[in-house]
Amino acid sequence: MIEFTFWDILRNLLFATRWTVLLSAAAFIGGTVVGIAILMLRISKRSWARRFASGYIALFQGTPLLMQLFLMFFGLPMLGFRIEPWTAAVLALTFFASAYLAEIWRSGVEALPLGQWDAGASLGLHRVQELRLVILPQAFAITRAPVVGFLVQLIKGTALTSIIGFDELLRTSNAITNATFQPFTVYGLVAVIFFVLCYPLTQYARTLEKREFAH
Amino acid sequence: MSYSLDFGWLYGALGAIGRGAAMTVFLIVVTTLAGILISVLAAAGRRSGTRWLRQAIGVYVEVIRNTPFLVQLFFIFFGLPSMGIRLDPVMAAIVAMTLNMAAYTTEIVGAGLDAVPLGQREAASALGLRPRLVFVKIVLPQALKVIFPALTSQVVIMMLESAVVSQIAVRDLTYEADMLQARTFRAFETYLVVTLVYLGLSVVVRRVLVAVGRRTLSAGVT
Repeated sequence: MIEFTFWDILRNLLFATRWTVLLSAAAFIGGTVVGIAILMLRISKRSWARRFASGYIALFQGTPLLMQLFLMFFGLPMLGFRIEPWTAAVLALTFFASAYLAEIWRSGVEALPLGQWDAGASLGLHRVQELRLVILPQAFAITRAPVVGFLVQLIKGTALTSIIGFDELLRTSNAITNATFQPFTVYGLVAVIFFVLCYPLTQYARTLEKREFAH
Repeated sequence: MSYSLDFGWLYGALGAIGRGAAMTVFLIVVTTLAGILISVLAAAGRRSGTRWLRQAIGVYVEVIRNTPFLVQLFFIFFGLPSMGIRLDPVMAAIVAMTLNMAAYTTEIVGAGLDAVPLGQREAASALGLRPRLVFVKIVLPQALKVIFPALTSQVVIMMLESAVVSQIAVRDLTYEADMLQARTFRAFETYLVVTLVYLGLSVVVRRVLVAVGRRTLSAGVT
């Protein structure tokens, strides 16, 4: 049996951390793109679009992320795609993030005074321009704190992808535990690494929130 | 390539799905009661206890809120036995879920306590109520009323997150789904059905909590 020192364990965990970070970043970027599309539907003038978007949001907020991962992992191969854990993980987390981000931004849009829309219209702006130049920049600005807060949730959510076999931090730690029989140390370290990733963001969200209240 | 969905297995699986759902509901009920009790104590302690206690509660809340639930679960189930604390899967799940939920609800309850005007407390003491009675009879009900919607959401979130306790072999809804798909080889259909069961459960749990809140706190929740 190979002997693992504390440093071997830590080094292996830190190597795996980059996959957690990469997956979080990919899902956040993907979630932003899809989330903006869902937001457009959610605040559309057409009632079918609004209904579709709120159904989409309710579906992702009302079911476990683990089930979403499983459905992606087992469902896509049926459509003929060859699927690997990484693809399933990115796609599932993207859709998961898009639902939450769309809902956060919608709250920002609705928090704006109606006069902002009127002002945009009275300047002769087309609806798309109005959204792009007047509404969305303000909606994004006032929802920065909850978005950062959600990013923390997303980073923690990546731990679930270990269950469908994506080699991120937690799955690596399961393998190390099986080799070293030191679950206390290994899972303790994993918790510390996640804490180091998430805590600064939590604090940043808190600062943003205070700044928002100060206005 | 074509694939046809097959739900023929479903009728024979209803018992297993029902048992799993019952376990999931059992876990969330126990967790909600224990978690809210702990968080009321923690939120009160954070506002009146000694400095040492306040800091300890603060560290607990931050550690739980900034690490994944699955890691906390593995730490409690696999890690603690090396310190001599050995829990069976259901107990480990209840402990992990309660600790997780209490960390979030401590913040929520705390916000509710802060929202009760100081005059309420002063008026109660002026009537001669003891500090403990002031807290239990006057401050807490008003605080709970304000935060009831947030608590409801947190309970639903916890129930959805509890799907991962299947990983330590607690026979909850997800565990039964894993067993079913291993037997039927119909993974997608199985998880689709179970996902819908979760969706239904979260709607029902929300409804029930709203009704309970209306009746006991006359909290206007929608």
